[in-house]
Amino acid sequence: MKTHAIDLDSMGRKQQSLDISDEDISLSVRNLNLYYEGRKQALYDVSLEIPKQRVTAFIGPSGCGKSTLLRCFNRMNDLVDGCEIDGGIFLDDENIYQRGVDAASLRRRIGMVFQKPNPFPKTIYENVAYGLRIQGVNKKRVLDEAVEKSLRQAALWDEVKDRLHDSALGMSGGQQQRLVIARTIAIEPEVLLLDEPASALDPISTLKIEELIYELKSKYTIVIVTHNMQQAARVSDYTAFLYMGKLIEFDTTDTLFTNPRLKQTEDYITGRYG
Amino acid sequence: MEINKDKKITLKEWVRSGDPYVWINASAVSISVVAVVGLLLLLAVRGFGHFWPADVMEAEYTLPGSESYTVVGELVETESVPLEQLLSAGFKIDSGEAFIDRSLLKQGNRDVTGTDFVWVIEDYLSEKRFPDQLMTIERREWGNFYGYLKAIKKNDAVQSPTNLWEDFQQRIERVLLIHSQIKEIEKGDIGSINYQLERLRLSERGLALDDSVPAAARAARMLDIESERAQHQQAYGVLQKKLAEYYEQISRDSFTAVTMDGTSVEIKFSDVVQAYQANRMGPAEKSLLYVKKFWEFLSDEPREANTEGGIFPAIFGTVMMVMLMSIMVTPFGVVAAVYLREYAKQGLMTRIVRIAVNNLAGVPSIVYGVFGLGFFIYFLGSEIDEVLFSAALPAPTFGTPGLLWASLTLALLTLPVVIVATEEGLSRIPKALREGSLALGATKAETLWRVVIPMASPAMMTGLILAVARAAGEVAPLMLVGVVKLAPSLPLNGNYPYIHLDQKFMHLGFHIYDVGFQSPNVESARPLVYATALLLVVIIALLNFSAVALRNRLREKYKALDM
Repeated sequence: MKTHAIDLDSMGRKQQSLDISDEDISLSVRNLNLYYEGRKQALYDVSLEIPKQRVTAFIGPSGCGKSTLLRCFNRMNDLVDGCEIDGGIFLDDENIYQRGVDAASLRRRIGMVFQKPNPFPKTIYENVAYGLRIQGVNKKRVLDEAVEKSLRQAALWDEVKDRLHDSALGMSGGQQQRLVIARTIAIEPEVLLLDEPASALDPISTLKIEELIYELKSKYTIVIVTHNMQQAARVSDYTAFLYMGKLIEFDTTDTLFTNPRLKQTEDYITGRYG
Repeated sequence: MEINKDKKITLKEWVRSGDPYVWINASAVSISVVAVVGLLLLLAVRGFGHFWPADVMEAEYTLPGSESYTVVGELVETESVPLEQLLSAGFKIDSGEAFIDRSLLKQGNRDVTGTDFVWVIEDYLSEKRFPDQLMTIERREWGNFYGYLKAIKKNDAVQSPTNLWEDFQQRIERVLLIHSQIKEIEKGDIGSINYQLERLRLSERGLALDDSVPAAARAARMLDIESERAQHQQAYGVLQKKLAEYYEQISRDSFTAVTMDGTSVEIKFSDVVQAYQANRMGPAEKSLLYVKKFWEFLSDEPREANTEGGIFPAIFGTVMMVMLMSIMVTPFGVVAAVYLREYAKQGLMTRIVRIAVNNLAGVPSIVYGVFGLGFFIYFLGSEIDEVLFSAALPAPTFGTPGLLWASLTLALLTLPVVIVATEEGLSRIPKALREGSLALGATKAETLWRVVIPMASPAMMTGLILAVARAAGEVAPLMLVGVVKLAPSLPLNGNYPYIHLDQKFMHLGFHIYDVGFQSPNVESARPLVYATALLLVVIIALLNFSAVALRNRLREKYKALDM
């Protein structure tokens, strides 16, 4: 293990730049450090660029900071007491951690789906309409259209169109997760953050979610955190490997899985540690 | 494994098997159930038996060494007492038995005999009989009358109808109708005129006190007031005339009746509430009368120092006070809990506040009463009077105990319960749901309003249920801040502003105390104490059930996943 620890820093910094032109970059993370309460550092000087309308996967062992990094993109870490951040994340050349940036309106541009399905105890319809209602949209016709469109995009419409006004809690776990995705895309964000979206689901539901991710990437920039390397290999175009709060390697998924530059990455993806 | 049926289980094994604990638990539960059911049964039997039209007994009563005389009355109870007790009470008894049966007879006729109830010794009663003609008359004054109807008079002229009893009943009905009309005029129309006159008087005085009004405007206002007053006076005059007519009508008829000792008594029909011949009635008729009497108990006003009649004003006062309290305590407690849980920075300060709130729940209720009297009534009330009701001074409007202050005091008393329950509910809302809402671009306030608070509403209802249960049964603080023995009118009526928060009111809990312990006529009040107590329990249960039903609906609506 010691050998890895030695070359972490020197190796980690070199290879974040991929051949992506500036207009194809959606989010760019620059020298991000994150501390939890008591100056406990969780992310160390992370820099990477998330390409537009591609799927980027974060992999790494539990506690490596991949979810923490993901939650930085829509400032969910603001809710954690004592969490401090330096460095920046740029969306359209604007630092989202700049003073004066409204977190609520940022979250409308960068949507997030959590590990466990978390539908509101409302009807299916109201769940999807929630984000729009927050924005003050109350016209029934507009809402109806948006709900149908989002549910169709989330490949859920055919299953629920006859029970839109039933409680969302009566759905299966997989359906609930797709509902949550529908709810998130109803407000038409630019970026979709998926935090282990299939980890609480059965294999068939997982497959459906993965198909859905594949469908959605033509419209949205997708960042997915997963602990399942096969899943990362299946759905993503780019993959970042994180370890102990540091970005170890970031490359196209093909390269990273077939020809990793670092031995540490190779060890992880071949299951030798993690 | 070897099974040996004959093998005795040792005590140790039995204890280890856990059976004794099951028995202990089960017996604790059954004792609780028996206690509750027993309590309700006792209240029901003792209280609700009172309304049954009992047979009226007539018998000869001969005490040794004195002349025999006739006793009449309803048998209330029979008990067995030691001989010495009776001897020392001055009875001359020639019995050799150690215990003597004696019965409590409700003989009524307080105007003739002086006491409603009398103890008689069973052994000396003879010729017990239940004559059909013996009637029971419930009167507005002097309690029940038992005796025989002799003659009916109209304007002091003896009538001779074909059927005396039927004619008697018809006349009672007529009188009751007139009586209700009189009540309507006195309480309704004249009450509202008096209210208007008082308002005019107050605005006149307010005008006199206000120096800023120019002379011309003042004169014009005064003229208005005068003309309005004249209108009311005129209306009053008309009503007065009508009333006089009704009074003449109602006192037209009277009847003579004979009591057990042969005294002839003349009673005005206007004094009669109802009359019946219990001995002649079958079970069906009696049941009907029972329902009627019970309904009267629920819907009528009390008579004769609360020992007769109904308890409607007390029911009304209790329910109204509890509702007002709920309206005050719920929003206040919920807002406080939301701040404490959602916005305040968790730390030493919030801990201290929580401890204070929890301790507040343990403060004896009478202390809240004292606080209510000192702060709300003497301080706040007087301030309000000086600023808003200066015209009425020195007579206080809000500077005296009343409905508002009683509700407010109880709201304060139950506030900790609501805060604690709401906080509990808020803390149980899964973090994932809050994050879900925030991730969709909702602000914290929107998340609270649209997701968290609706989901915590069942917990708020739980708080309210506990608050209602505590407040409805509370009596001690109320005696200081607004409850009275007899309130002349309901706090809700047709006079603007309809809800009179400054009025004093009646309360079932205090009513029980008053009837049971402050009443001049203990024997006749006792069943009412039981009946009122049961009613109080029923009302609290009803208030609670409705809140529970509401909570269950909310729970169903907002049931969350286990996350």
